[in-house]
Amino acid sequence: MLAYTGRILHVDLSTGKVETEPLKEEIAKQYIGGIGLGIRLLMDNSKPGTDPFGPDNPLIFVTGPLSGTMGPTAGNGYAVVSKSAATGGVAESKAHGFFGPELKRAGYDAIIFTGKAEKLVYAWIDDDSVHLLDAQHLKGKSPYETDVAIREELGDHYIRVSAIGEAGEKLVRFAAIINDEFRAIGRTGMGAIMGSKNLKAVAVRGTKDVNVADLEGFKEFIKMIHERMKGPATRKYRTLGTPENVLVLNALAALPTRNFTQATFEDAEKVSGEYLNEHYVKKIIGCATCAMRCDHVAVVPEGPYKGSTSRMEFECLWALGPSCGVGRLDAIIEAMRLCNHYGTDGISTGVTIGFAMDLYENGILSKEKTDGLDLSFGNHEALIEMVKKIGSRDGWLGDVLAEGTQRAAEKIGKGAEQYACHIRGLELPGYDIRGLKTAALGFSVSFRGACHLRSGAYSPDVKGKVNRFAIEKGRGKIVMDAEDVYNVIDSLILCKFSRGTYYDDLDDMAKYYTLATGIEVTADDLRKAGERINNLAKLFNIREGVGTREFDTLPPKIMNVPIPDEGIAKGSVVNKEEFELGLDDYYATRGWTKEGIPTVEKLKELDLGEYAHLVKKGGKK
Amino acid sequence: MAKLHEKRFVSADPEKCVGCSVCEYACSMVKEKTFNPTKARIRVIRLGPLVNLAVACRLCENPSCVAACPRDALSQEENTGIIVVDEDKCNGCGWCIEACDYGAIMLHPEKKVVYVCDTCKEEGKPQCVEWCPEEALDFVTADVLAQKARRTAVKKLFQEAVEKASE
Repeated sequence: MLAYTGRILHVDLSTGKVETEPLKEEIAKQYIGGIGLGIRLLMDNSKPGTDPFGPDNPLIFVTGPLSGTMGPTAGNGYAVVSKSAATGGVAESKAHGFFGPELKRAGYDAIIFTGKAEKLVYAWIDDDSVHLLDAQHLKGKSPYETDVAIREELGDHYIRVSAIGEAGEKLVRFAAIINDEFRAIGRTGMGAIMGSKNLKAVAVRGTKDVNVADLEGFKEFIKMIHERMKGPATRKYRTLGTPENVLVLNALAALPTRNFTQATFEDAEKVSGEYLNEHYVKKIIGCATCAMRCDHVAVVPEGPYKGSTSRMEFECLWALGPSCGVGRLDAIIEAMRLCNHYGTDGISTGVTIGFAMDLYENGILSKEKTDGLDLSFGNHEALIEMVKKIGSRDGWLGDVLAEGTQRAAEKIGKGAEQYACHIRGLELPGYDIRGLKTAALGFSVSFRGACHLRSGAYSPDVKGKVNRFAIEKGRGKIVMDAEDVYNVIDSLILCKFSRGTYYDDLDDMAKYYTLATGIEVTADDLRKAGERINNLAKLFNIREGVGTREFDTLPPKIMNVPIPDEGIAKGSVVNKEEFELGLDDYYATRGWTKEGIPTVEKLKELDLGEYAHLVKKGGKK
Repeated sequence: MAKLHEKRFVSADPEKCVGCSVCEYACSMVKEKTFNPTKARIRVIRLGPLVNLAVACRLCENPSCVAACPRDALSQEENTGIIVVDEDKCNGCGWCIEACDYGAIMLHPEKKVVYVCDTCKEEGKPQCVEWCPEEALDFVTADVLAQKARRTAVKKLFQEAVEKASE
């Protein structure tokens, strides 16, 4: 079992106790690494009904089998898995950069943090030596400031740090964990879990070799992927970057605008990838071992936000821009910088502010509740203020919105839930799924809540491979197949921007895995691992009481408010009938009951028989 | 008779280098048969997102590392300019490391003697240059570097003049 380290580190933050346990080859092969291994470790290391913010909830940092190798993109990733404080179900998120490989070189496939430190600490992992050091002087510092301060005080520029900001410390439910300045464990509120443990950062120095089973074969394989990365498969990410989506989606009337009120944005040109690159992008940089480079570093050259610097990607640009009706890139860049500063997920931050603006416009939130801020759509100054208020839980509204749209709507009342755009507590990303209906189905069944990256189900819609204005029989299979492949990608921790370079999909990935680890797997083995991981995530959600059909939903605006914009998508909305048909189709394809529960037979087929007790009562507690 | 310099070393273009560290991994793969940047002969420095540069031995004239070695463990090959480490003589004292202005000579984490880029003499050419996805690394002589700098400077000068004229 090469490429793996074969070691899992347990750190009890309450007692300071540290121990390692071996990683069994069987588990490695069945769950690969990344989110797969992470979800398995979550299942094994948590009790049913664990409070996400309780000391029992494990926070699991996990590398992939390829982390630390020269494998492009897979070489540089890590994932974090826990029980989500946003959804109450399984939480997972990945980030690339330089932190993941360092963790691998320190000698760990995973670190499981449990307990809660008495005071704010950071974990200093120097190969085999593990210490919890005082971090009270880092309180309130941004993840990047924390990174710089820790490297300075430990005296090594090459130490890699993954840290939370003020938002994580203050348990903002969509707080992120950030490494390498802009690289975020962004979604599902992992930063808040870390904050609840009084764990400010994880600092790592790893000096051990990472060896692969077949170095010559591996070298040839990655040379091929490196070459492919310079070609058409990654063109988008190397040139305009994901903000290219702005005009593509706008042309399809699928760019959600003003909190999913319209599906086109009149200022789309001004917030487009084209405009961004021409006026703001200063340099495009890359993660460790990657031949693609995609980090579009934008700098505001003039005006009120002069000097503001941030990496820019489509989703956050959309959430802080069109979703709030804001058509100024300088303000969007500043808002993004602030998300990185406080350490929040840019998607959820933007969608939550757009939600508040929607409530303000509809008279549900008055100026008394907004500390006098004019929360009209398009007010970029209010956007900036709200990012700050949420990041520091400042004022009544900042504190309420820091809970995310779902909980904020409950607190605000007066029908606010009709405007909340989330699925199982996680805010929607930037696709107007009223007119991208495969995506609507995919988002609703995603085990971590609304997410474009659990299945990429927007792709067949956007590419015109299906009728995007209807959910029909067969979409279940499209979603399932894509989910299972994405589970493999996220367990190998391949960057999804590079997915196009695996021309033979799972065959390529199987070869990649075997060359590195020496463990023989086929494409079918990986496909089955992907299915196993999806079912295990489902089982976790069932165990936590959020896994049955009634949790696979769509937001009210997606089902009740037809797209008003003149043109191709006018009138489109997801109706209940087609949505239920889609769910039935998806569950049947998965071999689940009508309630969305895996059958005992299905679990046995996937070597998950030990969890059969969870499904026996129809998934009810 | 004046003679053009023949010594070629690995140099990174700061405009092109993105700090991806592929060179570090390639170096450890080729020279150490493993993946481990802490054993690479070229190291990347990222000082914020806009400032990235890979640094390797520049084969200086009258190299200060050689001069600094109290044990005569370091020497410079005449033709190639490569710094050769006599591993029997080196005791890892680090005077050469301190003497090098570029941090290009380092203490090997396992062997405990210093090690430095040998431009992949055995492989025929530096493998980091072969692998660099940005073509930011060059295997060049000082003369070629100077030419490149002149060309860039003159282009810029004329471009500015043209832009001014069109205003």
